[in-house]
Amino acid sequence: MSKQRKAVALISGGLDSLLAAKTIIEQGIHVEGINFFTGFCVEGHTHAIRKKDKATPKRNNALWSAEQLGIKLHIVDVIDEYKDVLINPKYGYGANMNPCLDCKIFMVHKAKEWIKENDFDFIITGEVIGQRPMSQRKDTMPVIANESGAEDLLLRPLCAQNLPMTLPEREGWVDREKLHDFSGRTRKPQLALAAQFGFNDFAQPAGGCCFLTDKSYSDKLVDLWTSRGRKEYDLDDVMLLKVGRHIRPKSNFKVIIAREEGEARFLQGYKKEFINMNCASHKGPLAMVDGEPSEADLLVAAQLTARYGQGREAEFVDVTIREKDGTEKVVTVTPMKADEIPLQWMI
Amino acid sequence: MSKEVLNAKRLLCPLPVIRTQDKVKTMTTGDILQVVCTDPGVMQDIPAWCRINGHKVIEMVSDDMEYIIVLEVG
Repeated sequence: MSKQRKAVALISGGLDSLLAAKTIIEQGIHVEGINFFTGFCVEGHTHAIRKKDKATPKRNNALWSAEQLGIKLHIVDVIDEYKDVLINPKYGYGANMNPCLDCKIFMVHKAKEWIKENDFDFIITGEVIGQRPMSQRKDTMPVIANESGAEDLLLRPLCAQNLPMTLPEREGWVDREKLHDFSGRTRKPQLALAAQFGFNDFAQPAGGCCFLTDKSYSDKLVDLWTSRGRKEYDLDDVMLLKVGRHIRPKSNFKVIIAREEGEARFLQGYKKEFINMNCASHKGPLAMVDGEPSEADLLVAAQLTARYGQGREAEFVDVTIREKDGTEKVVTVTPMKADEIPLQWMI
Repeated sequence: MSKEVLNAKRLLCPLPVIRTQDKVKTMTTGDILQVVCTDPGVMQDIPAWCRINGHKVIEMVSDDMEYIIVLEVG
C-alpha cells in the first residue's frame, strides 16, 4: 500500500488558496492549512473596529476556508520574524510598503520548516502566474521556490501546467493533468473552478490580504518611522495605524482621533499608554496623543479634538486632557476650522 | 482535568485564536479553557477554530466589553 502523502497549503483566506487546496484534496492528498499572521493581515475584525462595518461578517477568512475544505488550520504568529522582511526587503517594495516578493519567500520558507518538523511531503500555494505584479510573475516564481529553500517541493496547483514539473508531479503523488494552467489577471478561471467546487461565498479582497498594499496605511507607517528616526515597530503600532484619523502637527507628536464608536472603544484600551482627551462640553471623539508633546502642543491637540466633535462650530469647547497616570485637567479651546488644518498634517 | 483561564483582552483577530491554539497545545483532552477577549470577532472565530480542530465550545458569554468562551479540549 502506498504511503499517504501530505501537503501543507498556505491559506490566506482568499479564493486562490482555497481552490489550490481543494484541487489537491481532490487528488487524495491529506492537506492541512497554514496561515501566517504578520500583523498586517486584512481581516474582517480589523474593519469591524469601525461601527459602520458591523454589517459585514466578522469572520476570519482563513478559518472559514479551512472549514469549507474540512481541513485543520495552523495559524502561526510571525509578527517578530516578519519585521526583518518589512524593514530590509531584499527585493524592495511594491507600489506602497508591500515587500510582496520577500514576503512570499519568507512564508514559503516558514512552510518548508513546518513540513520538515511535521513530516509532510510538499507545499501548495494559490499563486497564479501574472496574477500579481511583483510576486506572481513568471520570472519571480522560481525565485520564491529557490530562495525559500522549498525548490521542487513547492507546487502551485492553479498554474502548475505552465511551470516545470515539481517533485509531487514527478513522483506521481499528484496527477499533473488534473492541475491547472491559469495565468494572468483574469479571475474567470478561478470563478469557474469555484462554481465547479460549489464555493459561492468566498473572500476576494481587492488589494490582496495585506494592509501594506494600502497607500494610506503605508503613509502612516512611513510617518511613524520618520518621526522616530528609525525603522522599527511593535504590534501596538501596527494596530493603531489601522485606527482613527492620524494628524501630525509637528514632528514630536501626532494625534489619533477616533472616527466612530467602535474605534473609540478600541482606543480606550490604550488610555494608560497615551495622553488622551475628549470634549467635555460637547459630544466628541476620543483622541490619543502619540509622542512627546509640550503644553502648547496639547492645546493644538485639544483644538483638533474639538474640531471633530459636535462643538466644531462653537466659539469655545472644553476638552478634558488625561495624563497616562489618569490625572485630568480641562482646557477651553477654540475648535480648529477645517481650513486651518494644513493638508500636510493629515497622514 | 484542569481548568485554566486565558487573558486575550485587547487582542484583535486572529491573535486571540493564536493564543488559544498555543494554550490548548499545552493542555490535554478533557481540560477546560476559559478565554476572555475584547474583540467581538472571537465569538465567530474561536468556535470555528474549535470545529476544525476537534474541540468543544461549552459556553459563550458576552456583555458590552468582554467576550468569554469556555471550551473543552478535544
